[in-house]
Amino acid sequence: MNEVPDFVKPSIEYAELWPLLLIFGAACAGVLVEAFLPRKLRYPVQALMSIAAVVVAFVGVILIALDLPEIEDGAGRGILAAEGAIAVDGPTVFLWGLILALAFAGILLFAERQLEGGVSAFAGQAAAIPGTEAERQASTRGLDHTEVFPLMLFAVGGMMLFPASNDLLTLFVALEVLSLPLYLLCGLARRRRLLSQEAALKYFLLGAFSSGFFLYGLALVYGYAGTMDFGGINDAIANSTGNHALLLTGIGLLSVGLLFKVGAAPFQAWTPDVYQGAPTAVTAFMAAATKVAAFGALLRLFYVAFGNERWNWSPLLWALAILSMVVGVILAVAQTDVKRMLAYSSVAHTGFLLTGVLGLRATGDITPGQITSTQAVLFYLVTYGFLTIGSFAVVSLVRDASGEVTNLKRWAGLGKESPVVAGIFALFLLGLAGIPLTSGFTGKWAVFSAAMSAGAWPVVVAAALSSVVAAFFYIRVIVLMYFTEPAPGEAPAVTMPSVLTATAIAMGVGVTVLLGVLPGPVLEMAANAGEFIR
Amino acid sequence: MSDFPWLTTLILLPILGGVALAFLPRTPASEASNQRSAELPKQVALSVSVLTLGVAVAMILQYDADGGMQFTETHEWIKAFGAHYALGVDGLGVTMVGLTTVLVPIVILASWPDADDRPTNVFFAWVLILEGLALAVFTATDVLLFYVVFEATLIPAYFLVGGFGRGKERSRAAVKFLIYMLAGGLIMLASVVGLYAVAADAGNPSYLISDLSQLSLDTWTGRWLFVGFFIAFAIKCPLFPVHTWLADTTASATPGTNVLLVCILDKIGTYGMLRFCLELFPEASEWATPLVVTLAVISIIYGALVAIGQDDMMRLIGLTSLSHFGFIVLGIFVLNSHGTAGAILYMVNHGLATTGLFLVAGYLVRRRGTASISATTGVEKAAPILAGLFLVSGLATLGLPGLSPFVSEFLVLVGSFDYGWYVGALAVTGIVLAAVYVLLMYQRTMTGPTPDDVATMPDLSIREIAAVGPVVVAMVLFGFFPQPLLDVINPVVDQTMERVGVVDPPPAVSDVPAEEAHK
Repeated sequence: MNEVPDFVKPSIEYAELWPLLLIFGAACAGVLVEAFLPRKLRYPVQALMSIAAVVVAFVGVILIALDLPEIEDGAGRGILAAEGAIAVDGPTVFLWGLILALAFAGILLFAERQLEGGVSAFAGQAAAIPGTEAERQASTRGLDHTEVFPLMLFAVGGMMLFPASNDLLTLFVALEVLSLPLYLLCGLARRRRLLSQEAALKYFLLGAFSSGFFLYGLALVYGYAGTMDFGGINDAIANSTGNHALLLTGIGLLSVGLLFKVGAAPFQAWTPDVYQGAPTAVTAFMAAATKVAAFGALLRLFYVAFGNERWNWSPLLWALAILSMVVGVILAVAQTDVKRMLAYSSVAHTGFLLTGVLGLRATGDITPGQITSTQAVLFYLVTYGFLTIGSFAVVSLVRDASGEVTNLKRWAGLGKESPVVAGIFALFLLGLAGIPLTSGFTGKWAVFSAAMSAGAWPVVVAAALSSVVAAFFYIRVIVLMYFTEPAPGEAPAVTMPSVLTATAIAMGVGVTVLLGVLPGPVLEMAANAGEFIR
Repeated sequence: MSDFPWLTTLILLPILGGVALAFLPRTPASEASNQRSAELPKQVALSVSVLTLGVAVAMILQYDADGGMQFTETHEWIKAFGAHYALGVDGLGVTMVGLTTVLVPIVILASWPDADDRPTNVFFAWVLILEGLALAVFTATDVLLFYVVFEATLIPAYFLVGGFGRGKERSRAAVKFLIYMLAGGLIMLASVVGLYAVAADAGNPSYLISDLSQLSLDTWTGRWLFVGFFIAFAIKCPLFPVHTWLADTTASATPGTNVLLVCILDKIGTYGMLRFCLELFPEASEWATPLVVTLAVISIIYGALVAIGQDDMMRLIGLTSLSHFGFIVLGIFVLNSHGTAGAILYMVNHGLATTGLFLVAGYLVRRRGTASISATTGVEKAAPILAGLFLVSGLATLGLPGLSPFVSEFLVLVGSFDYGWYVGALAVTGIVLAAVYVLLMYQRTMTGPTPDDVATMPDLSIREIAAVGPVVVAMVLFGFFPQPLLDVINPVVDQTMERVGVVDPPPAVSDVPAEEAHK
């Protein structure tokens, strides 16, 4: 007779997990607000509550980071929480802080109402079919979808859980939690709604497809290791029990799911359409924060669970890093739409980030004080996140009567029309191009040197060469803004944003300049984050 | 005063001046409401650059000619990268600082009306910022700091070419210039990162040149890293076959911008070869010598030949520089003390002579509205001063004894004959060809019948003469007395020779005037 064991209450380390729970809680509260509060109150309550939740969670993350316990061998700091499902370690808290900071900027962009003349950039009534009477009514009544705030908080929660997941199932759940709200948000644009809905559908279908791959890979790895736990998988690989083909196929399929999320070639096909169709505020938030979360998860999965297998996965990443950079920069050259151009540039940046991931080395090989690959990638994510959110925020300012103007031709002469906005955008472009004295350069240096130290110099050379091509299309936009006369009657106009968007842009500018000139403290923080714990 | 941060002051002064200028009203001078507000940005710019020159002179007077890094400042900058904010000058650096600070006020004075139809303050702001960054390049003693400012100079240079040039093609030229430079820079970045990896593996991740030169690189690592640096510097110089940005850029930019680009910024290329290629990778430099010498000789002859065929004066002058940089690179890579001393001296003298040519040609182009040689004749009757200054600068360019470029050309040739008689023999043809392009250009534009539209052309104004005058004086002065310059340069030559393992006496000061006396 089998005895059924008593149910044991799982231990949840609330002291370390409360910022995560707070964000989820605020998201749930946001749903209730939608249900119970009168329409007029919803916008201020939602916006304030989201901002408050993010700020409090950010403070909490700092407090947690300050007293993370060191693990036994001193190679890292942190604890395994929630019965080993979630790892709250140095990289986790670093990424949490970054995601929350980006979410803060994102909420500010979501809450912007001045650009559209008193309403947000989201559809008045998403259910109304584009071009019908219902849509016209929704827009004349000045309706707003304030559900975007809780949706975003759910996504933020998922993003926080994603890089912290320490077993495959939690990883999958987090992936879905972060993705589903984003699919929805992509389809909520107030203008060009068909494009926006198409983007949402495309993102959803391809995302669902990649989740399928991910799940299949998960099953195969479980079949190999007999455990979902990252540490357990690592041990299983070290003892090389089980069928090796199962493991390799599993790693390949899991990679497809993750690389889809980060937008690496050849899984980049969704990025231009989704970045272009989604409301610009959503694009800004999604492009920055999703990449941060997904790279965090990718690092943990590959370093912790598959670290012993790196001789088998690193050739794959070598090829994909080079492919992403090449595909990204070459296709970006051909773009005529600023959002599509930034989308392809993000594919190239994924390649640079993967270059950093390749820098993994055994701890013994690293000279004290030398930059490690975890440190390099974490730092690059900071620089990239703020550059991206800032540049999309600027894109949302350039408008004409029919909404945002994203056709690059219409940006001609912006430097004369609005020197400040053009100057800021030029700064972001120089940053993305990696020109020294901007954060893009220090970030690039960090990932290149990590990869170079690990012997991946062909990837570094390829990265340097594709940076040249990348510089070409970034600079083309600067030429357009400053040295090209606009076609008659087509001069672009810049709408003055409220303090919300202005703050988000200012954050981008501040981080870009600061990390370009004095990156020391943030690099130090990334170094202190230490390694992933098992 | 010995602890005074001279170099930081030198760098910050023009940059802050430039930033302040950028906040003045943006109206083009030609639309300004009154004369005073139109002239203000120019006056501010001139004062700042003269002040910078003053600081530089004060510093140079305290410089100890015995060599070694002086006025050093070292602060930790990015600990995780091993990067320092480290400045210092030796004989090479101090020479380049002198050249830069002298040329910038001249450029500002000569460019007085060149930006009147566009936001005037912006032009002069970029000029000053460029000066500050160039000074940082020549004084940085940390590889990462050098790289950062090296790349940062591109931003002002790009906006100067793209925003204020003459031709319609200027934005294309600006992009071409920038892409070439970035390509070189990013290839160099791979090497810079590689240096870090090597240094870190050796246990001391530091970017200070003094630390890096202690590294023992294995043969092929050193060579690959050398290649990355060398390509960037070769594009910068420029050297055949990566010179194709040069003529387009000089044909599109204003004369003042051309001086800044060709006479100051391009020197970074040869400066970098001396400072980084030879210093950090002596073995690899020796390994690369045959190829580099070949490219240099091709540059000398090819640049001169192509220059002869040009109709656009600015293109022509740009291409002569290809030939001259060929000489400089040749001097550096023959790896003997005559060659090196000649090359460093050549960097100064080329700066002077080419500045003269660019500025005087610029005056002419401004008056005629075209840079075409075939459309201009008989200027010497209408504007004798202009023609005279043009002739002096031209003669200096072709290496006439008595003017400073002769001394350096001579030393480089001596060095190249030491390396191999065939190299010297080929390089000499560059001097002959220089005579052809300079004299042909002079003959076609200045002599001959004077058409009516040329006859009414005003001669140079006091301001224009004041700008070019100092350059001509300096060329004559250093033509007869190169000694003070050689005194400063020789310790650097010794040090470089020691580094690459060549033992021969540096050129005694006495042999140069003695050779000259024979002529």
